[in-house]
Amino acid sequence: MTDEHPRVSDEFAKSITRTEELAYELRIHEVMSENVHCLPPDIKLEEALDIFQKERFSGAPVITNGDLVGLISIEDLIRALRSGNLDVNVSEYMTTKVVTVHEYDPVVEALKTFSRTNFGRLPVLDKQGKLVGIITKGDISNGLLTALQRDYHAEELIRYRASHLFEDIVSHRTSLILRYEIRKGDFIHGGNASSNIKRALLRLGATPQIARRCGIAVYEAEMNLIIHTNHGGSLRVEVEPHKITMEAYDDGPGIEDVEQAMKPGYSTATNEIREMGFGAGMGLVNIKRCVDEMRLISSRDRGTNLYMIMYLDDKDNTLNTVN
Amino acid sequence: MKLTEIVDLINGELLTQEEDYKKDITGAMGADLMSDVLASIKPEAALLTGLCNPQVVRTALIADIRTIIFVRGKNPDRETIRIANEEQIPLITTSLGMFEACGILHKAGLLSYELPANDDCA
Repeated sequence: MTDEHPRVSDEFAKSITRTEELAYELRIHEVMSENVHCLPPDIKLEEALDIFQKERFSGAPVITNGDLVGLISIEDLIRALRSGNLDVNVSEYMTTKVVTVHEYDPVVEALKTFSRTNFGRLPVLDKQGKLVGIITKGDISNGLLTALQRDYHAEELIRYRASHLFEDIVSHRTSLILRYEIRKGDFIHGGNASSNIKRALLRLGATPQIARRCGIAVYEAEMNLIIHTNHGGSLRVEVEPHKITMEAYDDGPGIEDVEQAMKPGYSTATNEIREMGFGAGMGLVNIKRCVDEMRLISSRDRGTNLYMIMYLDDKDNTLNTVN
Repeated sequence: MKLTEIVDLINGELLTQEEDYKKDITGAMGADLMSDVLASIKPEAALLTGLCNPQVVRTALIADIRTIIFVRGKNPDRETIRIANEEQIPLITTSLGMFEACGILHKAGLLSYELPANDDCA
């Protein structure tokens, strides 16, 4: 946004919808009608009326030598009909004070112009001032709807392509590895990696149930890295058609008594962590419930390695169920 | 139950974009511990909570929660609202307490979407 626009207050920004965002993102040339039927100024109104009726127009730009000189609308023709005079040139009745918009302006500029003026259509000019199209409120509605639909289809397409990944690549053993670095104490981004992992699994064709179970397990592991480590750690997810292996590892301080750490309700978290809704001593228990196999290896000198494995051998659960 | 009905019933306020009003909610759970939520919430539930940080939205995302209702007049910060908008999880705030908000919604027909606790967390 440039300086000439007033700053958007936080209060206002809260209520901005995707459609409103699109009104700023989309440019007028993306939604306008091109190949506009133009009229010369020296034809009779009678003839213009015929064209309007035949082509079902409600307005048309008037042009001489490629330059926009006016706009004639159905309202102008009605005025002429009222006075019973259709035997005059279009130039007599056309609007000459034409309000135009530029092709690269955001759609919101056209919307503002519509509400400021009473025009139903606005000619669209290029940088040189040549007419390149015309925009109506209907064009804007259509453009916004198409763009919203495009947003929706983009995700579908990503999902479709990703879910065919394992079919398209031939090897003896294909796997996809996702890696995330998790910083100690980074509560602001806590869960970010897990959300991305869950989304990736869905795109790769995992069922919502599998993605949810993996998501919960890896989220608990991610929060453990944020809360309990010396320097944070890493998440590594290996995706294979029949198996998802998730690993969380760090370089300390290690878990003194692994058996005890696995007991529900056992926690070493501080009150501050508990106030954030974590540290109830349920993390590892939750993980164990969610995945098919879990291994926790920890020592005071080497830190902690947590392996979480989900098998997709069930026919409905494999990532590509061809054949 | 539509989000608008929920907002009306608990005299709440929607904090995120309004297009999400369309979502239909059939059950809910109330909890302040995110691990409890992760352990026992059914998919597509509404979550009533007194906890108010970005992790709630992350938790919602991971656990397929449809909407988050902050009780006791809690208001999440801008970052939390931003994430929620991005992930299309509607946020509602109400000045009611947890007990009352849960009671009203349950009475109005929302089911309990809390799975029975496993014996190992007694």
